[in-house]
Amino acid sequence: MFVEVLSALNEGFLKTLELFGLTLAGALPLGLVIAFGSMSRFTPLKALVRTFVWIIRGTPLMLQLMIIYYFPGLIFGNNIWGTGEGGRFIASIAAFVLNYACYFSEIYRGGIQGVSKGQYEAGQVLGMTKTQVFFRVVLLQVIKRILPPISNEVITLVKDTSLARIIAMQEVIWAGQAFMKSDGIIWPLFFTGVYYLIFSGILTLMFGYTEKKLSYFRE
Amino acid sequence: MAVLEVHNITKSFGKTVVLKGIDFSLEQGKVLSIIGSSGSGKTTLLRCLTSLETADTGKIMVDDKVVFDSESSVKLTRQEKRENQLKMGLVFQSFNLFPQYNVLDNVMLAQRLAAKEREDYKANKKEILQEIERHSREIINSVGLSEKINNYPCELSGGQQQRVAIARALALNPHILCFDEPTSALDPELTNEVLSVIKSLAARDMTMIIVTHEMTFAKEVSDHVIFMDDGVICEQGTPAQVFENPKHQRLQEFLGSFQK
Ligand SMILES: Nc1ncnc2c1ncn2[C@@H]1O[C@H](COP(=O)(O)OP(=O)(O)OP(=O)(O)O)[C@@H](O)[C@H]1O
Ligand SMILES: [Mg+2]
Repeated sequence: MFVEVLSALNEGFLKTLELFGLTLAGALPLGLVIAFGSMSRFTPLKALVRTFVWIIRGTPLMLQLMIIYYFPGLIFGNNIWGTGEGGRFIASIAAFVLNYACYFSEIYRGGIQGVSKGQYEAGQVLGMTKTQVFFRVVLLQVIKRILPPISNEVITLVKDTSLARIIAMQEVIWAGQAFMKSDGIIWPLFFTGVYYLIFSGILTLMFGYTEKKLSYFRE
Repeated sequence: MAVLEVHNITKSFGKTVVLKGIDFSLEQGKVLSIIGSSGSGKTTLLRCLTSLETADTGKIMVDDKVVFDSESSVKLTRQEKRENQLKMGLVFQSFNLFPQYNVLDNVMLAQRLAAKEREDYKANKKEILQEIERHSREIINSVGLSEKINNYPCELSGGQQQRVAIARALALNPHILCFDEPTSALDPELTNEVLSVIKSLAARDMTMIIVTHEMTFAKEVSDHVIFMDDGVICEQGTPAQVFENPKHQRLQEFLGSFQK
């Protein structure tokens, strides 16, 4: 029985990991694009982006998941996400990427705006180009600044993936719950917690290590 | 021969007119001090000279070559812009060292990036980089920091950081080195180590423009002093003229405020 549960949970957790990985792969770069939009000197664009970020950050991710999954069906009459497990997965990724990109964008913005103007000016008077200043001088300072808040968000994401359960994506909690219905046992559901703990533990260690690596300098 | 000629520089920020027509020239190897009360436009002038700010009108020539001319519509290439930029060095009040690089790398970074654009870079990479390092070590030595060469800025005192900033600017061989209140972010006991580095540069005939509130130092080190007031040059002359025999009432008041 134990082996059977483990293999079902493993399979569910694999989906969780996929959702986690793809969300980061999409949201980390998209967040940067949104961050630049929210710092744009073109006021209409800035206003639009900031409103969007406000809406996404001001409403529950669970609600966004449901809207993104069901809304197109209600409007166009057909489910653009495709049917079955695959469609639910894609819809989940879309919702998670959008949501997390908005959170990341605010972190990036803080990080970029936090680097003093003097760093750019020093680079300029030394004859460096804007690109050189960004990559050789500013970037690492931004990374150092944003690492702690990013690590918080990433660890929140580990747990937030369970929200995809609401549109019946078959991640690890769904897998655990399935045993309640089929075999009438509840411990597999509780046992899923171990997966989250171990995974977020590993991530905490990794972020801690990176932060330590960057502690050799202070601004 | 004048290494720097500045004609009719004006600059406004929105409705605030900050520079109202600045003219002066500076001879090779001479030291110019700029004094004046807060808000008189000293920093803005230095920023116009070093291209951090674009003047509204005026003309700037270095070594008889135009580096800025508000009348001209010639578009400079990136290379030309950089050449002009590098004619002027600038040392900031707040040092602005790059925190993630140690002393040596702070001094070498810009040189290395510039070297990459040399045509013979690929062929002679090793020699070029060695030469940059040798040159940088020598300059770090000359500001008395050879022992701190591998330290990061956060491990240095303010005075040491400012000396690194001076070395970093010197390493690019500027024709003119500008300082914007180089010691006003420092504790009083640390100002002397920075001032003596600047004096040693003066002794080696480095052409310099120094904005400062250290009157004793300005008197000692300068060949020429400009007193700025409200966006214009109100009075100028040798240190003896300006400090011992000020003509303008504004200058008399300004100097008086230091004698407390
Ligand atoms: N970027 C800017 N935007 C608007 N106003 C500015 C800007 N930079 C400077 N000013 C204004 O220009 C005036 C002159 O400033 P500046 O910094 O050149 O004076 P300063 O002589 O260097 O003074 P201090 O001795 O305090 O350093 C001030 O009134 C200042 O508020
Ligand atoms: Mg100033």
